[in-house]
Amino acid sequence: MAATADTVRQVEDVTGGAYKYGFVTDIEADVAPLGLDESTIHFISAKKEEPAWLLEWRLKAFQQWKRMVEPEWAKVNYQRIDYQGIHYYSAPKQKDGPKSLDEVDPELLKTYEKLGIPLREQELLAGVVAVDAVFDSVSVATTYKKELEKKGIVFCSISEAVREHPELVRRYLGSVVPVADNYFACLNSAVFTDGSFVYIPKGVRCPMELSTYFRINAQNTGQFERTLIIADEGSYVSYLEGCTAPQRDENQLHAAVVELVTLDDAQIKYSTVQNWYPGDENGKGGIYNFVTKRGACRGKRSKISWTQVETGSAITWKYPSCILQGDDSVGEFYSVAITNNAQQADTGTKMIHIGRNTRSTIVSKGISAGRADNTYRGLVRISKKADGARNYTQCDSLLIGDKCGAHTVPYIESKNPTARVEHEATTSKISEDQLFYCLSRGLTQEQAVSLIVNGFCKEVMKELPMEFAVEAQKLIGISLEGSVG
Amino acid sequence: MALLEIEGLHVEVGGKPILKGIDLSIEPGEVHAIMGPNGSGKSTLSYVLAGRDGYEVTAGSIRFDGHDLLEMAADERAVAGIFLAFQYPVELPGVTGMTFLKEAVNARRKAEGEGDIDAMAFLKMVRAKAKTLSITDEMLKRAVNVGFSGGEKKRNEILHMAVLEPKLCVLDETDSGLDIDALKIVSDGVNALRDPGRSMLVITHYQRLLDHIEPDKVHVLAGGQIRRTGGKELALELERNGYADFVEAA
Ligand SMILES: Nc1ncnc2c1ncn2[C@@H]1O[C@H](COP(=O)(O)OP(=O)(O)OP(=O)(O)O)[C@@H](O)[C@H]1O
Ligand SMILES: [Mg+2]
Repeated sequence: MAATADTVRQVEDVTGGAYKYGFVTDIEADVAPLGLDESTIHFISAKKEEPAWLLEWRLKAFQQWKRMVEPEWAKVNYQRIDYQGIHYYSAPKQKDGPKSLDEVDPELLKTYEKLGIPLREQELLAGVVAVDAVFDSVSVATTYKKELEKKGIVFCSISEAVREHPELVRRYLGSVVPVADNYFACLNSAVFTDGSFVYIPKGVRCPMELSTYFRINAQNTGQFERTLIIADEGSYVSYLEGCTAPQRDENQLHAAVVELVTLDDAQIKYSTVQNWYPGDENGKGGIYNFVTKRGACRGKRSKISWTQVETGSAITWKYPSCILQGDDSVGEFYSVAITNNAQQADTGTKMIHIGRNTRSTIVSKGISAGRADNTYRGLVRISKKADGARNYTQCDSLLIGDKCGAHTVPYIESKNPTARVEHEATTSKISEDQLFYCLSRGLTQEQAVSLIVNGFCKEVMKELPMEFAVEAQKLIGISLEGSVG
Repeated sequence: MALLEIEGLHVEVGGKPILKGIDLSIEPGEVHAIMGPNGSGKSTLSYVLAGRDGYEVTAGSIRFDGHDLLEMAADERAVAGIFLAFQYPVELPGVTGMTFLKEAVNARRKAEGEGDIDAMAFLKMVRAKAKTLSITDEMLKRAVNVGFSGGEKKRNEILHMAVLEPKLCVLDETDSGLDIDALKIVSDGVNALRDPGRSMLVITHYQRLLDHIEPDKVHVLAGGQIRRTGGKELALELERNGYADFVEAA
């Protein structure tokens, strides 16, 4: 626990004790009673000192959520979630987590070691120490925050944004993912507590990958995270979410919402490396990740690009999507989803073409090993007015072993005869020949699998920001260890 | 002491006996050629040497450079110095030639207790060797063997060999599919690697290759056994008479 104590001091040093929304004030108190009713929402809103409109907004979401039924998907099986068995608000959880690394799944520790993660960070990732109590990154964060402020860029927690930039939040929150969009997004709208807010002013090109330098802090991912990114006219931002190191969390259910908005000529590049704890070999203790991610290309010639590498979670359910409203706007989705052992992933994207000459590209690479199941579900919808719309979809599955599955479910709905939609799909296996060829050159079985899989994912990996890509490559190898031979 | 010593080797594939008692001994620096009809077990022998799964040794032994080869996994054999140039090189989509070779080189260095090779030094070394084999930079940037012509694939195998500098080179029909110029390039590449410490086992159907790569010994493999061993004149004889004598004997 030494790490916690001295990071507290460091944070105080850095901020002169003014780390207002940190853990210093209320680390152990402030846990909402178990379960969810209207009073829970009042409690959260009061804790966050929110304006009345937001409380209203939450309550409305809650009313709608109560009337909704939890969806069932054909390809994903899991134990029902007890929504009354969750604390919907709690300060950094010191008590629930393991007390030391000795109590952590040794497999997880092995992975940390392979990724070369320092001990202190290991403690953090494994949940031994509180997330926002992290050494150097705080001072680094403060430095970069100043640089961003100079350019008028806002990058802060969503709670802070509600206080400091209410007009922006009010205007855009829920404007891409409506409150009642789906069961999990609706729940999130009612109870979200954490998340990031980004605003890039007109004509500004964000000078750094956002959250690279904040990565550790940015992991303060609660169960119900809410992220809102707005790129004003002619601006550009690249945002990184997640971390290659597997993260453990006491919360089994994660239901985040991410909303992106681009105005005329603006561009958002959103990259995710998601590596939640998948549970043990049988998926026990793994995270359920049900997330709603959607971007609206509101402006002409604007562009939103999702790149994701998914290796974690027991269950992943997510469809980062683009609504292409502005004429000539562009949506992209590049995805690698790896499932091993008992993991299940149901991912894909939706490209909704509304504006004229809108273009979208989908490249999905699914890799299954062990007994895992991997489903790609894609929807391309071309509305009546979307003259000249174009979509290209490429969907490749790679199977390792013969107990796993891959499913590709493309939906295409075109109401405009001038639209062009292309779809290509392949399923392959790592062949005995390929493995032996690699072995005969001295590579180990594991290196061979990693190399072949990384080759298979190449088109997606090259979309990741450089430093992220290198880590992600390693991660792919590690997550497939033991899957062959 | 022989670099490679095969004694009484019997091998089955899918329950079917393919090699039926092979004895073969290769001294350091020697080049041996193996010729024989289709399906006689030449590739099988090369796979067994490289350690491919599914090739079951039912009797006999193989010693290589002081090791009991049959105790070693395929990757261990490779880093110990066995190299197989494939009859049918395998495609690795998305894996560039440079990446692949670097992994291979580093695997070997690791086995020898060395750190990873310096990236610049590696690049320079590979480019220089590629040049002698008429392999362009463009080819090195492409995925391994993907879309390569038959001849390009074979030249690429020799590049791997030149970069990895193995102790025992097994070349499985590296000459088939090569045009006359490529045959010369490949042979020159192989000859450049001839070394008093390095041995070669060259599998071929054509005497022509042996004009370029002069063997110390030629073996005829038929029906899973070595039927005859001679000097390079044996290849000329086979060219004239074919395998009729050996196939009947089998
Ligand atoms: N997996 C397998 N199952 C059954 N038989 C096999 C298998 N692999 C090889 N064989 C058989 O083993 C025999 C020897 O094959 P091998 O490839 O070693 O011949 P080769 O001498 O290299 O022939 P070629 O000159 O045509 O390359 C052939 O009859 C072949 O059909
Ligand atoms: Mg053969």
